[in-house]
Amino acid sequence: MRSKTRNAIITLISLWVIVFGGVPLLLLLITSFLKQHPDDFLSLSFSLKSYYQLVDPVYGEVMFRSVRQAGLTTLLCLIVGYPFAWITCRLQSRYRLAVLILMMIPFLTNSLIRTYAVRILLGTNGLINRSLLFLGLVDTPIKIMYTDLAVTLGLVYLMLPFMVLPLYANLEKFDYRLVEVSRDLGAGPIYTFRTVVWPLTLPGIIAGCIMVFVPTMGLFYVATLLGGARDLLVGNLIHQQFLISRNWPQGSALSVVLILMMILMLGFYGLVLLRLTKRREVV
Amino acid sequence: MKKSHLFYLTIIFIYLYVPIAVLGINAFNLNRYGLRWDGFTFKWFVAMVENPGLMEAARNSFIVAISSASLATILGALGAIGIYLYRFKGRFILRGSLLTMMMIPDIIFAIALLVLFLICGISLGFWSLLLAHTTFCLPFTVVTVLARLHGFDPYLLDAAKDLGASESQVLRRIIIPLLLPALIASWLLCFTLSLDDVIVSSFVTGPSFDVLPLKIFSMVKVGVKPEVNALATIMVLISIVLVVISQYLIKERKQ
Repeated sequence: MRSKTRNAIITLISLWVIVFGGVPLLLLLITSFLKQHPDDFLSLSFSLKSYYQLVDPVYGEVMFRSVRQAGLTTLLCLIVGYPFAWITCRLQSRYRLAVLILMMIPFLTNSLIRTYAVRILLGTNGLINRSLLFLGLVDTPIKIMYTDLAVTLGLVYLMLPFMVLPLYANLEKFDYRLVEVSRDLGAGPIYTFRTVVWPLTLPGIIAGCIMVFVPTMGLFYVATLLGGARDLLVGNLIHQQFLISRNWPQGSALSVVLILMMILMLGFYGLVLLRLTKRREVV
Repeated sequence: MKKSHLFYLTIIFIYLYVPIAVLGINAFNLNRYGLRWDGFTFKWFVAMVENPGLMEAARNSFIVAISSASLATILGALGAIGIYLYRFKGRFILRGSLLTMMMIPDIIFAIALLVLFLICGISLGFWSLLLAHTTFCLPFTVVTVLARLHGFDPYLLDAAKDLGASESQVLRRIIIPLLLPALIASWLLCFTLSLDDVIVSSFVTGPSFDVLPLKIFSMVKVGVKPEVNALATIMVLISIVLVVISQYLIKERKQ
């Protein structure tokens, strides 16, 4: 069946995806191999300078701190989010929808506003400090704002729904009877978790980690609003390279690294899924 | 529900909602810095309306959100219908690319588009924002509409064709009316995504076209601004209403 409608629809959508999805990413990759031009932003000559710069102590340190910060955020989101998703799956369906909507609302609320809200809470005169003073736990307000702790709290606060929603999607399919069987057969709770629950929910865990880890490194405004060191995240560097220093090749190289990390994690995800299906076939 | 489970859920929701609640309370607090409750006031809402820069940014943001949500919904619906109805070469590639686009972190997407716009000589402002927002909303509409299409009775379309309906008649009389809830849901989703976007907007707009997130960012960088509390409260309320409506529309079809 060939018709004008069909061809028009397919062409339109494919063109949009190519022009605004594929081409920009390709341009980004090309830009990362070019040289910075003093007046023109870019000069068309091949160079690996931007990549050499990445191992330079200045960038290297930010990269390292950024990965550490994003890793910590991902880990905390997982520790907090996994029991949350697990409990939500065990709820009766009428409560479940309410809990999920309550989780969706922060997910779709302006993240800048939420960062600002965290800032109000953590300040010297914020709710946290006043509660601590009121309870007599501290004598003078503690300094939370402008520390790495504030950034971590803010990032976990922003990214938690991104961890919970993929985890929930995976845990929802988990057959709880498997746990009962394992317990009936005499396995302890830790052994059951390690050998039954963990491997079966691993795809959800990795999906959640992918959704949190790489995007976290891009949240430059969280570091700017809450952080002490303003270049805590790769996002801050990219922001600075593009909008202030006008060093496009450098900014592009930094984002190519982020894309590579993303691809690596996706590859790992694919590998785990493959192993899981193979194991199922054997059983 | 076990008590310990309820306790855990409550703690998490306190963590998620207390900051927003404090913001909302401060929007009505006479005390400028929210240090203590000095009494109820609408002063900050008035201050917000009387701040011309803020109002202009709000207007711009709404215009961009409405236009990009509409454009993304139309394109996304057409795309989903195309992927669902037609078997063509590259169908899986198209679908895969859309899913990949959904996963690309905002910051990468933002600078990739910035490079494209500057190389093509598209000036940064309304049009660049519209194109960028439409593009990052597009995968979400395709996914929402495709989910709805997969819930269709497949014989419905065959029956219509057997009865002699032309392709455009099938589209107009059957597909679009049945898709309406999904279309509204994805429009609302795109509208909130566009209104709440910080990262993409901060790269692809220019000084002549200020939008809310950038305006708020520059205002709160220096300190507490009660007008921002008022504005934030309104935006959070808008998000809550839209999320609840769109979830209701999506869930309804499952019954």
